[in-house]
Amino acid sequence: MANPKYEFIQGNLACAKGAAYAGCKFFGGYPITPSTEIAEFMSEYLPQHGGKFIQMEDEIASIGSIIGASLTGAKAMTATSGPGFSLMQELLGYACIAEVPIVVVDVMRGGPSTGLPTSPAQSDILQAKWGTHGDHPSITIVPNSVEEMFTETVRAFNLAEFFRTPVIILGDEIIGHMREKIRIPEPGELEVINRSLPNNDGVCKTPYASDLNKPVCLPNFGKSRIHVTGLNHDDTGFPTMDPKIVARENERISMKIYHQRNLIDKFEALHCDDAKVLFLAIGSAARAAEEVVNVLRERGVKAGLFRPITLWPFPKDEFAKYAANADYIVVPEMNLGQLKTVAERFTKRTKIIPINLVNGEPLGPDTIISAVNHLNI
Amino acid sequence: MFDYSQYLRNEKLPHIWCPGCGHGIVLKSLIRAVAKAGWNKDEIVLVSGIGCASRLPGYVDFNTLHTAHGRALAFATGIKLAKPEMHVIVVSGDGDSLAIGGNHFIHACRRNIDITLICFNNGIYGMTGGQYSPTTASGDKTATSPFGNVEPHFNVAELAKGAGATFVARGTSYGVPQLDNYIYQGLMHKGFSVIEAAEACFTTHGRKNRKKYGPSNLDMLKWQRDHAVSVEKAAGMSEEELQDKIITGVLHNVEKPEFTEQYQKLIDSFGGGAK
Repeated sequence: MANPKYEFIQGNLACAKGAAYAGCKFFGGYPITPSTEIAEFMSEYLPQHGGKFIQMEDEIASIGSIIGASLTGAKAMTATSGPGFSLMQELLGYACIAEVPIVVVDVMRGGPSTGLPTSPAQSDILQAKWGTHGDHPSITIVPNSVEEMFTETVRAFNLAEFFRTPVIILGDEIIGHMREKIRIPEPGELEVINRSLPNNDGVCKTPYASDLNKPVCLPNFGKSRIHVTGLNHDDTGFPTMDPKIVARENERISMKIYHQRNLIDKFEALHCDDAKVLFLAIGSAARAAEEVVNVLRERGVKAGLFRPITLWPFPKDEFAKYAANADYIVVPEMNLGQLKTVAERFTKRTKIIPINLVNGEPLGPDTIISAVNHLNI
Repeated sequence: MFDYSQYLRNEKLPHIWCPGCGHGIVLKSLIRAVAKAGWNKDEIVLVSGIGCASRLPGYVDFNTLHTAHGRALAFATGIKLAKPEMHVIVVSGDGDSLAIGGNHFIHACRRNIDITLICFNNGIYGMTGGQYSPTTASGDKTATSPFGNVEPHFNVAELAKGAGATFVARGTSYGVPQLDNYIYQGLMHKGFSVIEAAEACFTTHGRKNRKKYGPSNLDMLKWQRDHAVSVEKAAGMSEEELQDKIITGVLHNVEKPEFTEQYQKLIDSFGGGAK
């Protein structure tokens, strides 16, 4: 790289710059701490680059506006935090069933309700999976650094466009607001996937004709004059109550992401191969866990960290493999045990040690160390 | 004879609406207005929320988007801003646009975004079986006001005007030629236009209020005819005389900067948006 470009920026800004790199052309949002910097950057960036920014009247309108924009062909994003993410659940389901690519960033903060607006938490882990009603797919990505806020946002757009589904980025107040030096990738350095359109953008009257190997190829609003609905629909996009088609389509919108999860899965396995004390952590808690793993390794303890970067779908096979060899699975998280419930599903015999913090303070290495010091290791 | 078939998805008919419902009347009005405007079907997006009226887009051969309850204007705002060259029309019932969608309604008015909203105001939640809506007349019996509605109701046109809409008109499903004209003017208007189509739902509303509206669905239409007063005539009437009247006509028509044009000016000020 001739002149590598470095910037010392906060995570939220890196996320916004990642969106710009991915070709985001539309942002609809509503102010909420601790995510607002993303909207602020986009309001400045987009009009200068031919894109559109709008501050909507609430978070429901925000996600509605980006679904509408996406249906015209624009890559579209919104960003929010816990209370706003709750409001967005309604139309997250719409984007799932209508198969509209969007990216939704949730910079998690303390809750429930208004909770602690400027304090970190990781309390939307299960909401990101199950928040909207009905069975539905969830691709959820959890960055743990400023650099990943950039690169994983690019990947979020790629997955949204490829799979035609909403992709959620779970930041947290620490990752969103902390500053780190990152190198801004050159254009073309990171893969950017653009939406594929049917028949070279020709007329398509069966926009939802699809199978698990081929995501739907919905045309943009224009000469195909398609119908898009949140009702269960058939290949043509029009409502149907035919039980066979409804079952097939309900299964397909979820199975399409499990079927090609090799394109979605991403995790970091640090010293996991021989780990007897296996940490399972995401986001800022994983930063602390990584330090603890290094400290324990220095003490001669066989510790490792399994960090899902794609949290949903959960990288269950890889986790289960490492978990089977471990004596303990330690799950530090800033909630009352949401990730722990996942660990329990994929661990038969290994003892699980939860470390939970919900007081609004960061979950640091000290808290984790003192918890594991009680273990017989 | 006007040929509706070129604007309809004929294979999707018959529609779901009940005998005596005005939605089909307004649908035909909308089609005639679009034909008069001469718009290319490929460049129209027709957006709706949830409810009986919101099933309308399924029958029309435009780009059509059936969204979630109350959210049509939020989706439509994203479409229009992302692609201003599209003609964006929203069809929405009174509950859809004014209760659950009330926030989106006032803010679309305030932005003066170039979208035409046709509010199918039958004063009832028809699809769920006739519960009172924000426009149900006080005193009317409904499934959730069995002893008579104790709430006051919105004046849709005044609400739109107050919130900043720049074209507001009200017609009825009885006064069809006038309604055609109001919808056409709304489509042609640059800015946010609200056309309130006063309608009736005999199936879920009229049957519980026969004393007021008459014994049949036809009587309910006649009730509209007998209670519609032009805005010109209303100017000379007292508030008491206007109590149960439907004031029809173009009620508000002003020119103000349109939102997507203003945004485009911003983009142009940076040289059209370098990639």
